[in-house]
Amino acid sequence: MASNPMYQFNVYRIGPEIKLGSVDISFTNASLFMVISSLAILIIFNLGAKKKTLIPDKLQLLSELSYSFVAKMISDTAGSKAKPYFSFIFSLFMFVLFCNMFGMIPYAFTVTSHIIVTFVLAAFIFVGVTIIGFMKHGLGYLKLFVPSGVPMVLLPLIVVIEIISYLSRPISLSVRLFANMMAGHTMMKVFGGFVISLGIVGGWLPLSFSVALTGLEILVAFLQAYVFAILTCIYLNDALNLHH
Amino acid sequence: MLKKIVFLIFVTCFACFNIVFAAESGGMPQLNPEFWISQIFWLIITFGILFIVLTKVILPKISDNLETRKSQILENIETADKQKEASQKKIDEYEKIILDSKLKAKSYFNEAREKILDDINKKRAALEKDLDEEVDEVEKELSDLKNKSGEKINKIAAETSAELIKELIGEEVNSSSIAAIVEDQSKINKERKDV
Repeated sequence: MASNPMYQFNVYRIGPEIKLGSVDISFTNASLFMVISSLAILIIFNLGAKKKTLIPDKLQLLSELSYSFVAKMISDTAGSKAKPYFSFIFSLFMFVLFCNMFGMIPYAFTVTSHIIVTFVLAAFIFVGVTIIGFMKHGLGYLKLFVPSGVPMVLLPLIVVIEIISYLSRPISLSVRLFANMMAGHTMMKVFGGFVISLGIVGGWLPLSFSVALTGLEILVAFLQAYVFAILTCIYLNDALNLHH
Repeated sequence: MLKKIVFLIFVTCFACFNIVFAAESGGMPQLNPEFWISQIFWLIITFGILFIVLTKVILPKISDNLETRKSQILENIETADKQKEASQKKIDEYEKIILDSKLKAKSYFNEAREKILDDINKKRAALEKDLDEEVDEVEKELSDLKNKSGEKINKIAAETSAELIKELIGEEVNSSSIAAIVEDQSKINKERKDV
């Protein structure tokens, strides 16, 4: 079954079965790559933050550039009010980015290609943003569903549409990331399979495609992490600065 | 060539179908709920630890670093500005000194020139005075000589005329009358000359 392009997304247990009551929380390959990504982030940024030189070395420059990149992204989309949420968005961006990038290593597992992982992240963001919105504006947050300058006749329809679009945010956010990662990896696997099945004669075309796709997938891996983080910022902006 | 391409496309389609069917039969592992809870559990743990460590330990360090760098750069710029100002001041002072010394040199030069001119003028004046005095003296002498020569001529004329008369007539004539006659005659001569 190794030729099955979906085989790479299989989750299997590593080590013994761990049960919490009747719930299975065994350590799997997905858990392994979550741990690896988190550890990689912590190690790289810890090394980058350790030295306090005026002229930064490579790791320090990397961590400081990431810091200012995310800070600029947040201040551009959500304004200065979003500053308390900087560390969350930074961790989110880095986690998704590193999971995506580790998935690009051959034989590695892509954590973010699983809908359940992305959905939990998106649902957490959705719930958090909704709570922040109600805490900041009280019931006035419901004005988000009533855009200004809409004729009274259209208002019921618009409000329904707005509510549906608001509620579908976690789904769109999670499916976007999950589908992108899954489709990309499946496509790479398919083209890799072509290389084998067409052999030395005809395999060169899919091989070159595979090479191009690898570059594209690395771009997608970064872009999807960026989109995930920036959409979080935009949702946060809606909750913080209610100006509909 | 064409045969080859058609064959290639056929093989590709075949492989594609094969794979798609295989996927269909396998289904998406993502939708298998067997390990969902485990994934959620490990996601919460890893992401939670990542978030906490980043928030509490690493990000403050990075932001501190950035802040100190920013303030240091600002400080350095400030010092540079101050030093620039100081050097500008020094340059101004230097230029002022140069200007002053130039003016001084000019005034010294002028003074010296005036002094020399004064000196020259004084000396010239003294010289001219000397010359004038000498000229005056000479003129005086000349006029004295002239005046005296007239009298002498008259006297000589009177004496010679007295001797001539003595020779001619053989008797002494009153010298005063001769002198008077000579005087008259010389006056007449003078008038004639003047006219």
